[in-house]
Amino acid sequence: MQELLQSLAPWLSDNAIFTPATLAQYWGGFVNTVQLVFISLIIGLFLAVPLAIGRASPIWILRKSIWLYTWIFRGTPLLIQLYIAYYGLAFIPGVQDSPIWPLIKDPLYPALLAFLLNTAAYTTEIFYGAIKAMPRGELEAARAYGMSPMLAYRRIILPSALRRALPAYGNEVIFMLHASAIASVVTIADLTGVAYNIYSRYYAPFSAFIFVALCYMVLSFSIQGIFRLLEKRMLAHLQPR
Amino acid sequence: MIDFQGYGPRLLEGALLTLELAVLSLLVAVVLGLLTASARLSRLAVLRLPAIIYTVIIRGVPDLVLMLLLFYGAQIGINQLTDMIYDRWGWDIFINIDPFVAGVITIGLIFGAYMAETFRGAFLAVDQGQIEAAESFGMSPWLLFRHIRFPLMMRHALPGLGNNWMVLLKTTALVSIIGLSDMVRVAAEATRATHQTFLFMIPVALGYLAITSLSEIGMQWLKKRYNAGFEEAS
Repeated sequence: MQELLQSLAPWLSDNAIFTPATLAQYWGGFVNTVQLVFISLIIGLFLAVPLAIGRASPIWILRKSIWLYTWIFRGTPLLIQLYIAYYGLAFIPGVQDSPIWPLIKDPLYPALLAFLLNTAAYTTEIFYGAIKAMPRGELEAARAYGMSPMLAYRRIILPSALRRALPAYGNEVIFMLHASAIASVVTIADLTGVAYNIYSRYYAPFSAFIFVALCYMVLSFSIQGIFRLLEKRMLAHLQPR
Repeated sequence: MIDFQGYGPRLLEGALLTLELAVLSLLVAVVLGLLTASARLSRLAVLRLPAIIYTVIIRGVPDLVLMLLLFYGAQIGINQLTDMIYDRWGWDIFINIDPFVAGVITIGLIFGAYMAETFRGAFLAVDQGQIEAAESFGMSPWLLFRHIRFPLMMRHALPGLGNNWMVLLKTTALVSIIGLSDMVRVAAEATRATHQTFLFMIPVALGYLAITSLSEIGMQWLKKRYNAGFEEAS
């Protein structure tokens, strides 16, 4: 990265804002954003599969408590959830002397917690919708073969439901990427945070924010492209021929 | 009663501001969405192309970045414009961008793009025969839009519209970052001052949940209204 920036130096020699130093800052912000989004999405995805199954289970209390969780996390702004995770954990009396303080002190971990719980809630509802939309005949066929509910989930329901959830999940990934911009309010130097710093340093809102908007657009369109490819492969059986 | 340590009235004012902001930006978004959807469905490429560019850009960039760009950038842009006017004609104009207006315009602009997609699909779903019947009655384009196209389109647009409204409501929380005292900002300030996160954040969260639950009831009413004359599918 350093070498690449050095090689760009002569080309940027008469540019006051986009110097190798600020480009390195942007690169750091890019890495932070991608890291934050990727980790929360992966953990959120692994949480969402069992939660969606629980949301569709016949056990009343399980069903209702998962519904309550998704209702709260989908009904309130992510910013509030971020504040609760960030301030709520840091202001618990005595937490500053506890062994987990180094984890909380760094804003990255509270932000990660808020993001992954938020995306897990949205993803749970997406998967639940897909499980509910399972064709009845396939479920009956699985039962007629004597499959236990576990086996039916593993072999029949999940492979089909997760595939059908792919387009909606792609939207959720883009939504998460865009929502991650608020990480900058808890002092994380993500793409937006870096752009804000550069704006306030040079008082150049157009250069700072339009550049970062282009970075986000490139990311968004790459994600869209990846999901389109995935859909083509995994949903091939649903395409009109 | 819960003791809000003197922040109670400001929290209520913040809640009111959140509601005002959400309703006004919804109006802007619906009008922009209708215009953009009509432009995208137009036969003229001059109208279609800008509409496509607008929706693609808005949907590719985070709300917060757009908000920062418009809020900080528009002021500089307007200053440059007024300076130019002063240099050329000697008129001295001062325009200060109010954060509230900036918030309404930005959120309206962002959700205009999402609304446009919803409305475009809904306009395409209107039965062509109804339009032809109205034309053969000699209705003018505006009368046709008001009495036939719009009410019929709304039936298809409602689910998407309701969804956009919920997302828009939650997006209003972002204006607290550009300095507007909505309920999120008041709660954040109170939290920093008193170190009692849950005392302030939980009521604000409940405020959002209350608005979404009330909207749900409003949506049911609207659905009934625009579904008049159609058989319930289920």
